[in-house]
Amino acid sequence: MTTTPLERAERRKAWGFALPALIFTIAFFLVPFLYMAAISFWKREGREIVASWTLDNYAAFFGKPHLLKALFNSLEVTAIVTVISILLAYPLAWIIAERVPRRWQRFALIMAILPFWTSYVVRSYSWLLVLSGGGVVNQALMWTGLISEPLQLSANRVGTVIGFVHFFVMLLTLTIYANLVQLSPNYRRAAADLGANGFQTFRHVILPLTLPGIMVGAFLTFVLCIGDYITPQILGGNNELVLPQVIMLQLGRRADFPMAAALSLVLMVVVTIAYLACARWLKMERT
Amino acid sequence: MEKTVPGGLSRRMLLATAAICAFSASASAQEELNALVWCDHTDPALIEPFEKANNVKVNLKEYEGTGAGLSIVEQSRPGDWDVFVIDGVDVPRAVDMGILAELPADKLPTADIFPEVRMEANNTKDGKIYAVTEKFGYNTISYDKTKVDPKDMEDLSIFWSDKYKGRIALYDYYLPMIGLTGLAIGKKTADLTADDLPAIKEKLFEMKKVARQVSDVVASQTALVSGEVDIILGGGEWVTAGLTTEKPNLDWTVPKQGALRWAQSIGVFKDSAKQDLAVKFVQYILSPEGQSKLATSSCYWGMPANSKAGEQLTDQQKTALRWDKQPEYLKNTQLYPVVDADLDAAMQDAWTEMLQH
Repeated sequence: MTTTPLERAERRKAWGFALPALIFTIAFFLVPFLYMAAISFWKREGREIVASWTLDNYAAFFGKPHLLKALFNSLEVTAIVTVISILLAYPLAWIIAERVPRRWQRFALIMAILPFWTSYVVRSYSWLLVLSGGGVVNQALMWTGLISEPLQLSANRVGTVIGFVHFFVMLLTLTIYANLVQLSPNYRRAAADLGANGFQTFRHVILPLTLPGIMVGAFLTFVLCIGDYITPQILGGNNELVLPQVIMLQLGRRADFPMAAALSLVLMVVVTIAYLACARWLKMERT
Repeated sequence: MEKTVPGGLSRRMLLATAAICAFSASASAQEELNALVWCDHTDPALIEPFEKANNVKVNLKEYEGTGAGLSIVEQSRPGDWDVFVIDGVDVPRAVDMGILAELPADKLPTADIFPEVRMEANNTKDGKIYAVTEKFGYNTISYDKTKVDPKDMEDLSIFWSDKYKGRIALYDYYLPMIGLTGLAIGKKTADLTADDLPAIKEKLFEMKKVARQVSDVVASQTALVSGEVDIILGGGEWVTAGLTTEKPNLDWTVPKQGALRWAQSIGVFKDSAKQDLAVKFVQYILSPEGQSKLATSSCYWGMPANSKAGEQLTDQQKTALRWDKQPEYLKNTQLYPVVDADLDAAMQDAWTEMLQH
């Protein structure tokens, strides 16, 4: 097929616009990624990193239950956080979009994203104080007589999940809200005309139409949660390790860069699988 | 007229560049010293007097654990670093790697260092000095004496009973903790081998069951201060000494089975291009003034290695450091286990396994 000079000029122009982004991606993602992938097949022997091609790091990871458990801990915590965040964020986004007057919605959204303005580390340490034995949560529960002894809400998975949920509920609220406000009121009117009650309208019309927003938020939550090191480190009390913590142990204590690279690659594979699952699902919904 | 904008911009940029160059030139006139250190050296109260006295800027890079420190060195160019603070038991590793310079014996106050912590076997080789002990202390038991029975703290076996279940923090550093666990089962740290690890691992698992958390220096100290836990195994004067005024309820002890003794040494990199200045820095750190400031550094307290530092410390500081009890403590404590790469990896594996247990 022949192309006209105009088309060729347009194509060159398109490449010209795309080139900076392409160079950026190659330089700051592809090259470091390939380098990391290569290192993951090297090995640390004694104090030396030896560039010999081996699967030892992967064999060690899959052969040592305490390392493999870190992956399962990561997946479990991420799944719990994602589900709880969706369950909390959806009603919040719906209230902001449907019940808060238009002129107050911007203020409500600012209030929702306020936690993003605080340092992640400071926020986690603040939660540590809030959830401690003498913290406001335990004090309130004891004051109401619901408990007689303080509950252990930090230095365990509960603390990690609470810290994560606080952060990700806001993220999901934004993505779901963006979806909800785009819905035409005609959908609801049409459903009502056809005899659907409020729940049926939500179940068969609103929810399916807002699923893309939920999935985008859920995917972002998944990626950020499974790769996070700070919250489990501060709120988890090292009582169960997630994969990023194990990666940090390899780097900080052992200086075992090949092993850390192998674990990072495992993490990337998990994220890629999650992306493919989401992308496929979203595509199905659109058709 | 449009052309004047870029022209003006260029002139401004030229002037700005010239100003930056002039600033850089004046900045570079001040000599710089690059030191790879532990966090106690980052206290301005310690560093600023040396900087002012020598018109030098000391650039400090903090690291935790010898593995991480040596890794930084391996990835740096020769000459990038001038001064190295390293765990006393790991000095021979650094000497064998050939990264430390011989220090001039006549310029060091080695005679003033407490004899028990001179550690000649570690700091010297073939009669040459490569590092000098600058600070020491203990990984032992810190506790809130208003919430626990101090008598219970005299016996390590309390960490394998349910009496204080859920009220204990374990210090997250595998070497002293494995050493302490070894002491509890009657193994000296110097004799630890891979064969001892299964028994130690079992003990670590049991210990984890009664512990509330396993945490780093800051988190474990915060937990003790806030009342979240009442005991830290692995803690020592470095947890409580700096808090004696605000928290007189916090205390520490060396149990009957003994404890671990940490000691940090300071040396100069062989490839440093500023040997004289680096030695001057070492001399300052080892001087009574430097020692008293290092001992009471805002990051953590510890005993100064130089016995003359006592002249610079207040009575309150000496009480907090248990200055008078050192002979007794030194007798009942052992150095960190000295491990080769394989045993080190096996110990880290055991510790990680405990964290996941």
